[in-house]
Amino acid sequence: MLPHAKDVESVGEAVQLAEVQGRSLWADARTRFFRNKAAVFGLILLVCVAIFAIFGGFFTQYERDVVDFSLMGANAYKGVPSFETGHYFGTDASGRDLYARIVQGTAISIMVGVVGATVAVIVGTLYGATAGYFGGRVDGIMMRTVDVLMSIPFMFVLILMLVIFGRSMFMLFLGIGLISWLDMARIARGQTLTIKNKEFVEVAHAIGVHPLKIILRHIVPNLLGIVAVYATLLVPQLIIFESFISFLGLGVQEPNTSLGALLSEGASNMFNGTIWQLQFPLIAFVFTIFAFFFVGDGLRDALDPKDR
Amino acid sequence: MLSFIARRLAVAIPTLLILVVLSFVLMYAAPGGPFNSERPLPPAVLANIEAKYGLDQPFWKQIANYVVGVVTQFDFGPSFQYKDRSVNDIIAQGFPVTLTYGAWSFVVAAVVGISLGAAAAIKQNSWLDYMAVGFTIGAQVLPNFVMAPILVLIFTLWLGWLPGGGWNGGQWENLILPVIALSTSYMASIARITRSSMLEVLNTNFIRTAQAKGLSPSRVIFRHALKPAMLPVLSYLGPTFVFMITGSVVIDIFFSTGGIGRFFVDSAFNRDYSVIMGITILVGSMTILFNLLVDVLYAWIDPKIRY
Amino acid sequence: MTLTSMLKATTAATLVFAASAAFADSHATHPDTGEALATEQTFTYRVGDESPSYDPGVAEDVDGSAVVRDLFEGLMNQDAEGNLVPGVATGYEVSEDGKTYTFTLRDNAKWSNGDPVVAGDFVYAWKRAAAPELASPYAWFFELMSIENAAAVVAGDMEPSELGVSAPDDLTLVVSLSQPLPYFPQMVTHATTFPVHKATVDAFGTDWTTPENMVSNGAYVMSEFVPQEKLVRTRNEMYWDNENTIIETVTKLVITDENIALTRYLAGELDQTDVPAGQFPRLSAERPDEAISVPSACSYYYTINMTDTTNPALLDVNVRQALAMAIDRDVIVEAVLAGGQKPAYTFTHWATAGFETPDTPMASMTQEERNAKAVELMTAAGFGADNPLDVSLIFNTSEAHRSVAIAVSQMWKQTLGVETELGNQEWQTFLETRGNQDYEIARGAWCADYNEASTFLDLMQSDSGYNDAKYSNPRVDELMAEAKTSENPQAAYTEVEQIIAEDMPIIPVYHYAEVNMQSADLGGWPFTNFEQNWYSKDLYKIAE
Repeated sequence: MLPHAKDVESVGEAVQLAEVQGRSLWADARTRFFRNKAAVFGLILLVCVAIFAIFGGFFTQYERDVVDFSLMGANAYKGVPSFETGHYFGTDASGRDLYARIVQGTAISIMVGVVGATVAVIVGTLYGATAGYFGGRVDGIMMRTVDVLMSIPFMFVLILMLVIFGRSMFMLFLGIGLISWLDMARIARGQTLTIKNKEFVEVAHAIGVHPLKIILRHIVPNLLGIVAVYATLLVPQLIIFESFISFLGLGVQEPNTSLGALLSEGASNMFNGTIWQLQFPLIAFVFTIFAFFFVGDGLRDALDPKDR
Repeated sequence: MLSFIARRLAVAIPTLLILVVLSFVLMYAAPGGPFNSERPLPPAVLANIEAKYGLDQPFWKQIANYVVGVVTQFDFGPSFQYKDRSVNDIIAQGFPVTLTYGAWSFVVAAVVGISLGAAAAIKQNSWLDYMAVGFTIGAQVLPNFVMAPILVLIFTLWLGWLPGGGWNGGQWENLILPVIALSTSYMASIARITRSSMLEVLNTNFIRTAQAKGLSPSRVIFRHALKPAMLPVLSYLGPTFVFMITGSVVIDIFFSTGGIGRFFVDSAFNRDYSVIMGITILVGSMTILFNLLVDVLYAWIDPKIRY
Repeated sequence: MTLTSMLKATTAATLVFAASAAFADSHATHPDTGEALATEQTFTYRVGDESPSYDPGVAEDVDGSAVVRDLFEGLMNQDAEGNLVPGVATGYEVSEDGKTYTFTLRDNAKWSNGDPVVAGDFVYAWKRAAAPELASPYAWFFELMSIENAAAVVAGDMEPSELGVSAPDDLTLVVSLSQPLPYFPQMVTHATTFPVHKATVDAFGTDWTTPENMVSNGAYVMSEFVPQEKLVRTRNEMYWDNENTIIETVTKLVITDENIALTRYLAGELDQTDVPAGQFPRLSAERPDEAISVPSACSYYYTINMTDTTNPALLDVNVRQALAMAIDRDVIVEAVLAGGQKPAYTFTHWATAGFETPDTPMASMTQEERNAKAVELMTAAGFGADNPLDVSLIFNTSEAHRSVAIAVSQMWKQTLGVETELGNQEWQTFLETRGNQDYEIARGAWCADYNEASTFLDLMQSDSGYNDAKYSNPRVDELMAEAKTSENPQAAYTEVEQIIAEDMPIIPVYHYAEVNMQSADLGGWPFTNFEQNWYSKDLYKIAE
């Protein structure tokens, strides 16, 4: 369920093309992005979701982790969503305010997605750029390693890691990052191979600039377009991925929550007359993912003006 | 081509070794053993059990014995949790189940996804296209652990058409719900990729020329457009098949199908080392095999690719 | 027989006749209750997990034992109230010193292949289960039964042939104990003590438990087994009491998700399933005939680490008392669990045979009084608003444990200002952490091995392997030792409970109840059997 490599690679070509033609790529891209209705809609949605996640907590009198004992076990008729009680989205199975929990769940899900994608993109870009820049045997070994790692069923390894080392945010990020940097490394390497033959890189090399500096100063900035698109498309996938981990009970731990955890709890209580416990988290989940999808797609189309 | 396949297979061996060592080390580092229970076993009983499974030996010897057993006799050892059964028994029972509904889901996802995506591209901006796009967006987002209970609610409780779970040796009634739950989101992804790739191909000069020459639309699509448009889809299909196997975790939990997904999660929680190792190696081999298969197909369809 | 049931019976009989010849021999009415029986006598129930083994010597879990009780029959069985009734043995005699039990076996008991069940089968099974070679996780059960030389045999210091059990002839089994044990006969209803067919085990090794190979002596034989999916058992024609067996087919389905299981129950696919936590009030309002809650033989408690690796504050008895008092158990059983559980102020389950719940100060107070007292005790211990106590509480991963822990931590916070850090651990990790006293407060639960208070209170002895609090009180040890041989041990048990209530090494929270949905036409379920030991041969389906 990772973003499709092909989608992203053409962006790289477009970026280099722009470079050659001396146009301001980013300015053009911005114009194109804002002409794309779906992308603008996605951006607005994303801003709304972000506002909800950050400031949503100010609009309720309830704390996300306080249990109302009088509602426990009586959820189906007392925990119904209502403005009068102040439980806008009703309560969860333990009698906690669902609105407050969704605010936090959204924030945590987005954080997992963004941090995971950042880890993946940083590691992948540096790795791929290094392999591509040095080429030859170094490239061979580094990319064979990627091939080997790609054949490992990481979902299984991640489940093992979370079971064994306990569930923590750190493990989750590490695991998610581990899974998703491989594709990025391949893409970054491919782009680097073409960039490194450009004059400005060859000049830098000739005057004896340290290779690390060349990679960081000259190659990585030229990969930014690709990185931005890949990262935006990766975030929703990681959010979906986290929801699966949460379903197995290995995700974010109580009293914290994520959209995945709320969804899985809501789905299991679906038959029990508390449908809102599935409804509201699902809406938040769908909005969040759509927002990222649309923005990512829009970014890609904006940076790669090829007519689709 | 043959040397390419040989090279890829040669990489498979160290990959599997890394996998074995990685999972073995993870398991060894884990707190808690397979024989902890609510009432701790008396030391004498525990010692008997550990001796029986060779857990009293040093780490390197355990791993060496294991690798030798797997390589020479294809023997994955006894299960620690299911005391009457060996890992080979468990895989022999669970894997065909997973493979059956996995393969069906794969076929359904690929056939429906590609047809839907291609149709949407050909009739771009028609109601069919909008429906297809709407479906792909919606279906990609709905997690299967939400979908599975909804399916059971509708088809079992309300309509009473299909059993809510079980396998019964792979009867078709037992197959339908798992296949829907497993295939839908991949179907959507495949449809999306096919659509965008098809649109791209339809806009190339070479297709425009073919159309200009007055070839019939169906001829243009089937003879010229479909094959190049399939390339991106193909590279997605390899990982998809592996995801089908991983997805069996959810399917087994909701539909009690008895596939390897359930065994894997159970054995991870119970520290059933040998079952975890067996399943990890199995899934690793499948991954390698399918990536290879996809690469070969890719080379066959796209003659530009040289290895 | 009333007129209606008579009519029902006639209808049922007609239906039987009309349905098919295969059902012609099925019972029209129940021999004891006279209820009309349904034509289709099947029972399908749900379990959450696959059992590790169905080998009587190796089986270790509750669900697996239920299957083994159907497939095999031990010396004695339990009836619906949990009383002993003859099984393979028709009865037993105890020697004067209480250390030798002689069981007389019935002569018509047969294995499913037609071989007679002889005393030697028991001797073989017991020696096999105790021997190190089988490495049974339940080998310790023979030590618990106080069988002579059991400990040495399990440890491998003695040959299995030295185990204190022998068969002077085919129908006599003699068991020698190392000390008198008043509840010994209760223990031979346990799966570990069931006979095993030697020729089958010798022929097939560990594969002898597959449906094709297994030879068993119970009311049922295993006819189909797909791990993680289902296990089907059908009537054993060779069983000595076969003519009184009513249910033809029993199917155990493994369904992990209890909500899916409930849906399938509502769709009519199952005759019995568990009620998800918190759903009992709703279901019993909607289907009062089907939602059933009965006491089950387990106690839920929080154990407090009393070694020097703990939080020093917890070594102060005032703090432990305050924490115990501040838990509003009524809220936990009524709101959090809501399944007919009972608040616990003693460790021993209230429904344990012969046990009378002693009056402890805490039990007789109202929650307001308890809260006030808790605050007082906490202040006496030097904690208060300006100096709040921080503790950590660990539990093993489960929705229900989590809900209880959340509720308890909130009660502690509201009443005492105690900050609780909740830790959620995987079962295996949890057991290790708790067993190594690497915790401050931990969740615990204990289920009875037999229906007598010592099955709980043995844990409070200093040398008990399961005493995770590492609580030690010489008076408790003395009383428990006394109770072992005493004619009337109940007084000792009461005193032990009172001591625990003062020292509070563990905080009892609630006594379990089993909450099931069970189809209203299922008859013969042993609701009053405290250990919930049920036998399919006693069940029957009532005609609609």
